[in-house]
Amino acid sequence: MTAATVPARSPGTVTRVVQTVREHAELIVTPVLVVVGGILLRLNYLRSDRTFADERALSWERNLKPQLEQHISLALWSTLFVILIAVPLGIFLTRARFRRLSGLVVGFATSGQAVPAFGLLVLAFAWLDSGAWTAIWALVFFTILPVLRNTMVGLEQVDPSIIEAGRGMGLTTGQVLRRIELPLAVPVILAGVRTALVINVGMAALAYLIGGGGLGQTISAGIQLQRDLVVVTGAGLTALVALAVDWIAALVERALRPRGL
Amino acid sequence: MTDENAPTYAPDDAPEPMIRLEGVGKTYPGSSVPAVERLDLDIPKGEILVLVGPSGCGKSTTLRLINRMIEPSEGRILFDGEDVTTVNADQLRRRIGYVIQQVGLFPHQTIAENVATVPRLLGWDKARIRDRVDELLELTGLDPGIYRDRYPKELSGGQAQRVGVARALGADPEVLLMDEPFGAIDPITRDRLQNEFLRLQSEIRKTIVFVTHDIDEAIKMGDRIAILGERSVIRQFDTPERILAYPVDEFVSDFIGSGSTLKGLNFERVRDIEWNTTFPVATEGDDVAEARRRLAASPEVWMLVLDREGRPSRWVNETMLDAPGATLGSVGPQVRAKVLPNATLHDALEELLLSNAGQAVVIDEKGRYQGIVDVDRLADVLKRMRADAKRHYDQLATAAADEAVAST
Repeated sequence: MTAATVPARSPGTVTRVVQTVREHAELIVTPVLVVVGGILLRLNYLRSDRTFADERALSWERNLKPQLEQHISLALWSTLFVILIAVPLGIFLTRARFRRLSGLVVGFATSGQAVPAFGLLVLAFAWLDSGAWTAIWALVFFTILPVLRNTMVGLEQVDPSIIEAGRGMGLTTGQVLRRIELPLAVPVILAGVRTALVINVGMAALAYLIGGGGLGQTISAGIQLQRDLVVVTGAGLTALVALAVDWIAALVERALRPRGL
Repeated sequence: MTDENAPTYAPDDAPEPMIRLEGVGKTYPGSSVPAVERLDLDIPKGEILVLVGPSGCGKSTTLRLINRMIEPSEGRILFDGEDVTTVNADQLRRRIGYVIQQVGLFPHQTIAENVATVPRLLGWDKARIRDRVDELLELTGLDPGIYRDRYPKELSGGQAQRVGVARALGADPEVLLMDEPFGAIDPITRDRLQNEFLRLQSEIRKTIVFVTHDIDEAIKMGDRIAILGERSVIRQFDTPERILAYPVDEFVSDFIGSGSTLKGLNFERVRDIEWNTTFPVATEGDDVAEARRRLAASPEVWMLVLDREGRPSRWVNETMLDAPGATLGSVGPQVRAKVLPNATLHDALEELLLSNAGQAVVIDEKGRYQGIVDVDRLADVLKRMRADAKRHYDQLATAAADEAVAST
């Protein structure tokens, strides 16, 4: 029979490729979407009848590039501060001695997300004056919850018997935290960070309201000028940035995930 | 002389203690009833001490008081004569191996990294750690070449607990605490791990405290057993043989359950008892009439026929020999129940119950007949074991009474 002469590995290889694609589907689909979306935006721009105002609003050098940079830096800085605040806070609140404070603090963080984003920005503006940093602090307050909650959940879901074994062998509480609890909580914490990052990219589109810059400026200009092309391009770029940032975060998440989990 | 209130820490024939608990107790804050009542206990050096008792009796708490995973609320802990009640608990635990039922391997570390935990804490150099890890994996029956770089999720339950034991032995501690280590493992694997662990212990001779709720595991694993009642009060502390032969009170006898006398047969071997060597025996080809006469003269119903090499072959009785044309070697059922001198009496009992003649035949390594063990002999052994244990406890009682009299 010919079947016997067919190299046994060829179906195996196919299966393996299919499996790899399926496992990494998330990582493959997003960049494709970003590239296709970018091309569509560009085509839409080229095929539209453009007024002088459109050209000016959508000028790469003059508007889009600086706004894009601002947008990304708003998201990155706010996420960085969120990590610096929420992760240590989450560790602190899961230590036996301070666990009873956790309800209070989580409640406070929840209120951050419960307040409408717009209201939060305006409050921050009233309190801190205008500018990018005001926007960043508003974003920080808004997205502290997912990172804080995931840090706490990540630490709390570590199997107590693993901690028991570590303590029983003479690891100090600090060593148990650094060598066991944190590495095991990393996937959950990173998932929270990724959520915060994506929220921040979206929220940064509102930063223009208090003079924080970002792609929101283009969207707002399009609305004021009643030019669909400008609105679509601004909104589309915001979405592409969100997708791209999420994709990079997914890569980081995979790279930092401890082996063996 | 010791005064009458001096606590008894251990059976008086136990080796010197590795760890001594002096009035160690634990009462949780906000509770009026102690979880562990003031406990005096000596843990004999180089032996396996099993703490066994019903669920919730505080045996695990007691174990965790020893390495101060739970801080005692009263009493002193002496480790090889040194008071460790207030020393740094983390440093103390690095000198005491700890194995728990859930194993608790670190899932993000390889098997080698897991086993190297304590040596790394103690700052051993890399080469020494690597050698030690390989040595321990081999000791616990895991091929280092295969398992060193694997992760815990790739292991079966039995393999994981082998790694757990290897990790506990990491820096060669003198003492090992084991909290139901084989409790979550299927019965067949558990039996194998128990046997391997006993073999390992015969090489490494650690001082081991082993907690279980399973009396059979306690009997199998323990050099000594402490049976604990509520709040970890010691009800009986002795060798498994004596506990089985002479449970001191109803609590203990209820706990060890029915069949405990039979379990006692596991502790004596065929070579330790006297065999019946006057049993009527004939060799194949001998004169039938002469054999018939000898059987009639003996009090026995059966006669054992040996082959020409002296190996047991058949049982015969008078009726069989009376049959016309009967020769020695051609009639009678085959001998099946044969035991070697190093078999336990429990094995011998099983054999003789299956035997046609109700006898277990003792043979040597070459299969040659040595003697006979029957039910009466086993019953005698049981009686003797019980009498020995009772005498032991009577002596203890007399000694205690004498001391009480002497001190008044």
